[in-house]
Amino acid sequence: MWKWLHSYADPERAYKLSGTLLPWFSALAILLIGTGSIWGLLFAPTDYQQGDSYRIIFIHVPAASMSMAAYMGMAVASFIGLVWQIKSADWAAAAIAPIGAVITFIALLTGAAWGKPMWGTWWVWDARLTSELVLLFLYLGVISLYASFEDKVLAARAAGILAIVGVINIPIIKYSVDWWSSLHQPSTIKITEKSTMSTDMLYPLLINIFGFGMMIGAITLVRYRAEILARNGMRPWVRELATAEEAK
Amino acid sequence: MNPRRKKRLTLAVALIAGVAAVASLLLYALNSNLNLFYTPYEIVHGKTDTGVKPEVGQRIRVGGMVTMGSMKRDPDSLHVEFAVHDSAGGEVHVTFDDLLPDLFREGQGIVAQGVLVESGKLQATEVLAKHDENYMPPEVAEAMGQKHEKLDYSEQKPSEGYQY
Repeated sequence: MWKWLHSYADPERAYKLSGTLLPWFSALAILLIGTGSIWGLLFAPTDYQQGDSYRIIFIHVPAASMSMAAYMGMAVASFIGLVWQIKSADWAAAAIAPIGAVITFIALLTGAAWGKPMWGTWWVWDARLTSELVLLFLYLGVISLYASFEDKVLAARAAGILAIVGVINIPIIKYSVDWWSSLHQPSTIKITEKSTMSTDMLYPLLINIFGFGMMIGAITLVRYRAEILARNGMRPWVRELATAEEAK
Repeated sequence: MNPRRKKRLTLAVALIAGVAAVASLLLYALNSNLNLFYTPYEIVHGKTDTGVKPEVGQRIRVGGMVTMGSMKRDPDSLHVEFAVHDSAGGEVHVTFDDLLPDLFREGQGIVAQGVLVESGKLQATEVLAKHDENYMPPEVAEAMGQKHEKLDYSEQKPSEGYQY
């Protein structure tokens, strides 16, 4: 049943496919983030309580939710790499990790910048903030494990196990605000019931969330292609590609 | 699926299940310690599950709503006093000697950290404003009867322009 999928595990095909997808992801990312940010920052109404300060939500929430989504993507790739021993999946996991780390850092940074004027503090050790910080450390752990082995098959296995174990942190981040009392407010965007945000604020926020997803996809593709080339430097098709590039 | 893959799949799934079990037991055991604050009800009557009640002299955080009309400000210093309550019916008095956050209003959720000086009285060293998950334009809030005015600290009328 999955036979057709297996052909994409071939590095050359994965390289070409990601090259075809890249412009679509990039264009969508620019379009969505452009629309969402301009709408959110300039045209969305001010909040009744927080005034204009709430507008950092249009960066903070997409970054935070995508930090978790990127982690899930990385963990799934690691899982496939570990169980089916598909190297292309391991490279994908290695390609996502630094992007996830940066987006998590952005979420923490914008959250702190929002917390200072609104809550009165940059940081508080509540469940949501702490578990998001743990996510950053998980990303850093995966990156350093992958970097610390000369043998990349071994490196991917070590990093992959950490990535899979770390998945347990994702539901903890998501539900931390419901399970425990925290300074961070509960979720605004709800899947099963009506979101507690007026629609003219919600639409730009959702657009930006999808835009951030596309942006992470695009950067991942760029890094993935570089990772494939780095791991297959000795293969004839990569050499051909290099000579063709040189001839230009 | 060949046997080697099957073995690795079983191992990976067992790993995830094991870690999930460990994490849930750990979180279950630590459950009451992961809360950022006590609610006023818990300070007065003890926690509902364990009955643990903070002692006088203990450093704690309390989280709840600032009771409407409870705010008293000393005209010559930063000293403020207010009451914090929750929906369960507990109420705790808080004293504070520093600047309050911008979002601090009567009826607003706050988290105050400080020392419990006597039963039901907290001397706060830090007051943080908690905002909820609702976002709406001011006109909508007004229509819903939820207008949040900033506290009027001075004797004069608040200056025009800077109002939410």
